[in-house]
Amino acid sequence: MSIFSYIGIAVTFIIALIIARPTGHYIAHAFDNTPNRLDRWFHPIEKWIYKFGGIKGENQTWKQYAGAVLISNTVILLIAYAIFRLQHVLPLNPAGITNMSPDLAFNTAISFMTNTNLQHYSGESGLSLFSQMTAIIFMMFVSPATGIAVAIAFIRGITGKPLGNFFTDLVRAITRILLPLTFIMALVFVGLGMPQTLHTVVTAQTLQGTEQQIGVGPIGSFLAIKELGNNGGGYFGANSAHPFENPGGFSNMLQMLMMLLVPMSLPFTYGKMVGNSKQGRVLFVSMVMMFVVMLSVSLASEYQGNPLINQLGIQHNAGSMEGKEVRLGEAQSSFYSVVTTASETGAVNNMHDTLTPLGGLIALGNMMLNTVFGGSGVGLLNILMYAIIAVFLSGLMVGRTPEFLGRKIEGKEMKLIAVTLLIQPLLVLAPTAIALMTQADTISNPGYHGLTQALYEFTSSAANNGSGFEGLGDNTPFWNIMTGVVMFISRYFSMVTLLAVAGSLMAKKPVPETSGTLRTDQALFGGMFIISVILVGALTFFPVVVLGPIAEMLTL
Amino acid sequence: MKTVWVTLRTSIILFLICCVFYQLAVTGVAQALMSKQADGSLIYNSNNQVVGSELIGQSFTEPQYFQGRISSIDYNANGSGSPNFAPSNPELLKRLQESVGTWQKQNPDVPVSSLPVDLITNSGSGLDPDISPESAKAQIPRISSLTGVSADQLQALVQQNTSSRQLGIFGEPAVNVLKLNLALQKELSAS
Repeated sequence: MSIFSYIGIAVTFIIALIIARPTGHYIAHAFDNTPNRLDRWFHPIEKWIYKFGGIKGENQTWKQYAGAVLISNTVILLIAYAIFRLQHVLPLNPAGITNMSPDLAFNTAISFMTNTNLQHYSGESGLSLFSQMTAIIFMMFVSPATGIAVAIAFIRGITGKPLGNFFTDLVRAITRILLPLTFIMALVFVGLGMPQTLHTVVTAQTLQGTEQQIGVGPIGSFLAIKELGNNGGGYFGANSAHPFENPGGFSNMLQMLMMLLVPMSLPFTYGKMVGNSKQGRVLFVSMVMMFVVMLSVSLASEYQGNPLINQLGIQHNAGSMEGKEVRLGEAQSSFYSVVTTASETGAVNNMHDTLTPLGGLIALGNMMLNTVFGGSGVGLLNILMYAIIAVFLSGLMVGRTPEFLGRKIEGKEMKLIAVTLLIQPLLVLAPTAIALMTQADTISNPGYHGLTQALYEFTSSAANNGSGFEGLGDNTPFWNIMTGVVMFISRYFSMVTLLAVAGSLMAKKPVPETSGTLRTDQALFGGMFIISVILVGALTFFPVVVLGPIAEMLTL
Repeated sequence: MKTVWVTLRTSIILFLICCVFYQLAVTGVAQALMSKQADGSLIYNSNNQVVGSELIGQSFTEPQYFQGRISSIDYNANGSGSPNFAPSNPELLKRLQESVGTWQKQNPDVPVSSLPVDLITNSGSGLDPDISPESAKAQIPRISSLTGVSADQLQALVQQNTSSRQLGIFGEPAVNVLKLNLALQKELSAS
């Protein structure tokens, strides 16, 4: 293991830190409802989209905004379900892929609509070219755009501005953020070696005289939106471990930057939109600190490798290579695992099932917290939720009515937030318990790791991450339906409750700041924020984590 | 009901932009400017037949070839994704011990202590085209004795087919097994 691998990690992270601020300000501009200079570029196209779509752009109440989110997403989900169920007879199916079973189509449609991209099928054998190029790609654009739109509406609400219009925000997220960058990055990815063709299979005569069927497809364009939209679903079963989805170290680095781009920028968008960039910076720095701690633990653990392999007396200085690719290496693969779970993307460039117990624990921890940066838009929602909790806890300690951005946080908001907070452990732990009691035969590893497999699957679903411990035999009605339900509730429940919080705060009269007000733009508040995340988020899951990865580590 | 109507109409126009225009435009530009990569970085032999892809590993079981990594899907390049074993799985240890045993039989001259870990571990995709430079070097004595190509020549071939870290810091040095074996084959047919 060489120092260069770690320099590569440091350089990637520093670039991510540098581009976050300008991108965040750009996003704030893009959603500014007063006329601004971006309109000149994008309005000519958007004008036609609004006209054709019948979008009037009127300001919506929180109920109308939430309703538009739910209805639009459900309609698209149903269309996708139909495509998956009928793909055998639809065009562009040269390989004769059969229709998906009802439960698998249910799972897949929800999975992509909720930005999760949990995949209980393998791309090569489970989806036709048509399904990949229509239903999947379409949801990969719309779901991150939905997340960004809701986050922007939430920020507008808590600063007392009207929430805006969901469809206008959705269109802008696509035309102003996702589409321009994916177009460029798709071409860069092809240049680095990703195929971009409408053929599906090439047959090769191998050196040993056998035939090899090589799956190809429009992969460059797929990968660009997969990473930028924090989707994470692979074109192929092996996801970004597949050489066509990740041809080398440079593409690997670009993918990580794309995954981090929107989640890391949004705190700056928030600072800009509330008119106090320190507000965003405090949250950003707090999260960077948590990220660095988790990354360090993961890197150290994977570098140590698996003691069982090291005992064989072989040359093991390459680290834990089981489930990893040579061109990407152990260090930058571990980095990718931390980035993909931190940004709730779920793309994997190594098999998470084979991570060392601590490496797996960090991946799990990132998804359980769901705030160190979190997915497109929804990450920021969670972050601001924890910020409000931090304000509330601080308020209790000093005996003052807590205020956030000059608005009183009262019983109604805290009730909504408390329910949102409690639903996540419920969605993870209850199904895990049911799975362990009834589905033991689908869990491929014995012992503590088997528990972690089931836990990981539901944590990934509830965090809308989508990576998996792939040993799990998860294409069964139980797993398809249970994870489908978890993904759906987890995604939309918090969107609706937090929009309700925004609606409630919007209507409140601002109270003037006094010397007794808790300043939310200072380091002290950053500390309170981190403590809230750890106390409220991490401790909930501590017992189950001890039974899974920690027990595995201690017994290895 | 109005929202459903707006959703449907907006979906149609966004579908045309995000699915039809985006993918076809990227495909068009990519095919026009970078057709080699866009077609899958394919390698052709002198008869213009596809022998594989630079990026996709092939199964090499015969001992006179440089061998790649373990693949639980036997390098099925149209069915990637491999069930891997958790670090604590007893099956993993069993498989590793078998691999070490096979290695000792095929490479009696090379001590197990210089067998690199990537040669006996399963890759993530099951299609890893590469091995580490150490893994290629460890196979040189065996291949030299089976083919009669001198160790120095093999060393040079390995060097030629080794790619370094991209931009010096991204990824790891890697030896492309298919290209290395193609070079080896050329060497053999020339002599």
